[in-house]
Order: sequence, then C-alpha cells, then structure tokens
Amino acid sequence: MKTVLAMPLAFLRLLYQSVYLALSQIWANKTRSVLTTIGIVIGVASVTAVIAALTGLKAKILSQVETLGTNTIFIGPHVPDKGPMRHANWWQLRFRPEQFDNVLAHCPSVSVLSRIGGVGRRTVKYSEQSVDNVDIQGIEPAYHQIEHRPVILGRIFSPIDDDQVRQVCLIEPKLRDKLRMERDCIGETIRIGYTAFRVVGVIEARPQMNFGDGGQERYQIFIPFRTLEKLGEPFTWAMASGRTAETLEDGQAELKFFLRRTRNIRPGQPDTFEVQSLQSALATFNKIAVIVTMVAGGIVGISLLVGGVGIMNIMLVSVSERTREIGLRKAVGAKRSAILTQFMIESVTLCFFGGLVGIGFGQLLTMAIANIPQVKLDLAHIPLWAIGISFGFSGVVGIVFGMVPAIKAARLDPIEALRHE
Amino acid sequence: MPTKSDKIMIRLDEVTRVYKVGVERISALDGVDLELRENEYVAIMGPSGSGKSTLMNVLGCLDRVSSGRYELDGQNTTGMGDAALARVRNERIGFVFQSFELLHRASALRNVEMPLIYSRDGWWSRRKRAMRMLERVGLGDRVKHRPNQLSGGEKQRVAIARALICNPSILLADEPTGNLDSKTSEDILALFDQLHAEGQTIILVTHEESVARHAKRIIRMKDGRISSDLPAEVDQARRGELIGELGKVTK
Repeated sequence: MKTVLAMPLAFLRLLYQSVYLALSQIWANKTRSVLTTIGIVIGVASVTAVIAALTGLKAKILSQVETLGTNTIFIGPHVPDKGPMRHANWWQLRFRPEQFDNVLAHCPSVSVLSRIGGVGRRTVKYSEQSVDNVDIQGIEPAYHQIEHRPVILGRIFSPIDDDQVRQVCLIEPKLRDKLRMERDCIGETIRIGYTAFRVVGVIEARPQMNFGDGGQERYQIFIPFRTLEKLGEPFTWAMASGRTAETLEDGQAELKFFLRRTRNIRPGQPDTFEVQSLQSALATFNKIAVIVTMVAGGIVGISLLVGGVGIMNIMLVSVSERTREIGLRKAVGAKRSAILTQFMIESVTLCFFGGLVGIGFGQLLTMAIANIPQVKLDLAHIPLWAIGISFGFSGVVGIVFGMVPAIKAARLDPIEALRHE
Repeated sequence: MPTKSDKIMIRLDEVTRVYKVGVERISALDGVDLELRENEYVAIMGPSGSGKSTLMNVLGCLDRVSSGRYELDGQNTTGMGDAALARVRNERIGFVFQSFELLHRASALRNVEMPLIYSRDGWWSRRKRAMRMLERVGLGDRVKHRPNQLSGGEKQRVAIARALICNPSILLADEPTGNLDSKTSEDILALFDQLHAEGQTIILVTHEESVARHAKRIIRMKDGRISSDLPAEVDQARRGELIGELGKVTK
C-alpha cells in the first residue's frame, strides 16, 4: 500500500513544496513580480472585459427580443448572391401587398401574419405643434398579436379599421408629449402631411435599440395598412408568428414556398426575399460575437505573448541569480525533475497571479462599462467560463515560457553552480 | 558509546578523473586507491591543483569517475545515472561548505529541513527532525532566526545540522572553517570531534594543518595521487621531523 501511494505522494509533496517556494519567491520580489506580470494582467483584463461587454450586449438584445416574441418571423426583400436579380435594389425587390393574399391558408404552421408598410418620414402636426421626420408605419390588426407592444390607452386596431380604410392612428407617448397633447388624447385629430387622422390609442414605445440612432429621438405612428396605401406606394414587408416554437422552421419553410410562388421565382433561381426568425437573427448575432471575441482573442494573444516573454526573461534572471541555491539543492539530493518542477511551478504561479490580478482589473473595467449610462450595457458581467479560460491561458503561458528557464536550471552542473559567483 | 566497526564505508579502486580542456587532457585524479571505515575521521590535504577538490566531488557523488570504481557504503556508484546519484547524495552524504550555502530567506529550521523535501521519507516528521538536529548542534534557541541574524559560527552549525538531517553515511566538509575566525573555528572543530565521538564518519578537506590535526587520519594529495596516508600522530611526527631537517639544512 505504502509503495503504491509513494509515487503520487512524492509528487504531491513536491508540488506543495514548489508552490510554497514559488509564492515566497514572488513575495520576496514583489515589485519585480508585479512588473513582470503586467503583460499577463493587461491581456487577461482586456479579454475578460471584452467578453463581459459582449455578454452584456447579448443579454440586452435578448431582453429586447423578448418584447418581439420568440416565435416571430420577419419577411423582407433580400438581394440574392447570384441569379439575374443580384444587382437589383431593394425597391425593385419590394413585396407587393397582394403577394401575401391568402398566405395563412397555405401556411398551416403560421398562426398570424401582418403586412407592414412604410412610406418614409412625414411631418406630423397637432394644432400649432409639428414634429418632422416621423416614421409612418402601416400595420394590420394581427400586428398586435405578433409584437408585444401593449396599447396603454384607447384601443388597438380592429379589422374594420383596415377594411374601411379608416384614418385612425396609434401614437407613442413621447410623440404625444412632443405634440403637447393632453394625456388623454383619444379622439383628437392630428395631421400627417395634409391628411387628418384620429388618434384611437397610445402604444407603448419599444425599448430603444442603441445602435446608429445617434441619440436622436425617433417617433413612430401606426396607421392601418390599407390606409397607408392611400398615402403612397408603401415599402412592404411582413411579420408573422409561428404556432409553436417547435414548428417555427416548418412555418418559415411554408412561407418561403408560398412566397416563391406568388413572386414568380422559377425553380433553380435564388430567393429574392428572406424569411428570418429571431432565432436565426440571434444565430447571426452569435456569429458576429464569435468573430469579435476571436479578434479580441488575437489581440490578447499578442499581449499574452509579450507577457510570456517577460515571464521568461524574469525566470532566466531568477535562475542565474539563484545558481548557487540550485547547486546546493542538487548537492543535497534534488533531482533534475525536482528542480524543473520547482521553476515551472514558479512561472505558472507567477502567471496565475497575473491572471488573478487581470481578472480583478477586468471586473473593474466591466463595472465601469456597466455604469456608463450612454453605453447601456448594464447587464455586462464576466461569465464563469471566461474566468476559466483566462486562468487556463495564463497557465499555458507559464508552462510554455517557463520551460526554457526551468530546463536551464535543471541542467546546471552542481559543481559549477556551487562555484558560481 | 559507538562501537568501532570494521565496516568499509568508502572504497576507491584505481580511480581516475580526466578533464578535457580543448585538446589537452588533464588528469585531476590519476589512479587513487582508498579505503575508509565507518566512524573514521579523515582530513584530505594538499595544495590547490593537487586533486583534493576533485576527490571530494567524486566522494560526494557530485562528479563521476573516468575510470576505476567507487563503492559507497557497500553500493557501487560507478555508472549510476543522474537521478540515482541525486538519491545517493540525499541519503548517504552530508555536505558542509566553506561559505555555508544557506538559503538566506528561510529560517534556520527551514534550511535544516530542506534536504528532506527531496527524500523519500522523513517529510512528514521533518519539522521535528530539524528541531532535533538544531538542538544537537547547540542551536535549539535559534530555530526561527534567519541566516542574516546568525553569526558565522551559528550559520555553519545550521549547515552542519542540515548535512546531518538525512542521517548520512559520511559527512563531507570542504574547508568548513575557511570563513571563520580562529575562536569560532575551534568551536566548529569541537563539534566535529563530538560528532565523531557519536559515531559519525567525517571527511574534512582543508589546507590548514591546525584543522587537519583534529582528524585521526591524514591523507595528503599531490598531482592527482595520494602522496601520504598516515594516522594523524604519525603524520604530525613526520612533519615535525621534516621541519626539523629543513631547519638543519637552512642552518
């Protein structure tokens, strides 16, 4: 029993002793150790901060996605990569409203669909107040079942609004305030361009997406889709809901099949539109996140390399400073493997130490990022796996760059080493 | 009282050690035969370049013989690998150096227990054993002190405790008093005498006659060979005669 345990025990002893020695060595050379590990610290801090920011971004996007509903399908024009339409512009590829006629009858996995149209931005007026650049959106009543934007005052659109091409609208609270309307603005008349519309409801604003808006306030007004057609030919797309999450892909396939037929796309020709679910949009985001992480990883890799060279340098200094000590240790019976282990563990410990400090700094950076209100990354945090990876890489750097000095130490001739001045 | 035994501790058979310096071959040891028994107290003397350092390195298993055979405590060390030699050094040999070679950041206790890190057993009781050794060399009250808080004599005592901790077959001391004043040197040599009385086999490498006088047997080296190997009294008597004759000649 004793002999079976002897080997692993001897190794554990050596490990414990080496870690102890390494820590006391680092403690004895505090300033030097800190300076040496700065490369590692910066590398680990930046990678953890980047990952934390991405995690925060993803959490933010997910929370916005939830307001859209996870079963939501987006249908819009898309320029194909090849085929005769590859040089077409978006306007040429736009949907015509009638291309969606009877779509639900042919797509059993799709529960509701709403055409959505835009005629660009118009000026909206209420008595003497006017607001420019308001986004006019035409929707069908089914829209209320697809997007989770509750109407907080008044009513939602009914099928009759659409059938009778009523001049009614839903506005956002902040537009109401901008137009200096009463809180209860139901029944008031506003003008979009030169056409009068009656406000029938107030619809909750969507949580602001933060990209590319330049901080400028955007306002939206919703009117029935068929009313919108009167204002001009709309740029049309559609949103739909799958019946269940499981049949979402079936629904997408059915929609594609149906739309290829109504858009007269011949077999073999590529789609001139895309049918995307939030899932696939998320997958796209994830792809981008992976690329960003890899780019950040590359930069961090360089800084870890520089850090590693620093570690190697300081370990070489340490070996030549402690030549006599190494000679003594060999004289009293330390094997090459023991000396090798001692110096390897010293460099790995140094790197772990750097990794630990780096994670600390990364946490500080993350907290800083999360607390800048303009960035809106309040959900940023360092995930556990990032901490694991940081430590892993620090350890690998320690092993790779500690190798040369440790081998140098292990190969020292004890007689020469003890004579060393 | 230790029993005088006839057990052979060291046997050197026609040992040579040849260094290559460029194309030149230098024989540091040129056919050395030597037999040492348990509990002997031997001084190896000789001018620099006589091969006494090489002999000490060979005896301490720090160096290998070029030809011949070296048996330590019944074990043939010739042709052993690095790891096996390291183990022999750990278990059979205790080194004492001229400049003490203590780890200056570690306490006396940690310095003494250091060889046990590399030994197969004794690790679990290392603290206790190191304490006992420090008491044995008279430093029971200096356990926590660091080398820079100790005097030269105390440092060498710590080094001796460290050399003894693995219970070595031989204690190998290379100019142990070289860095000490004469009073402290006497104290250290008295400690060697005491260890010898307790049964320890001791080999002392020195060029000082006053130090060598403590040994019971004196081996003189010259040009890589043993030039004389006599009991201390005989050696001293010879030396007396030689000096006497030299006096006559100069007169």
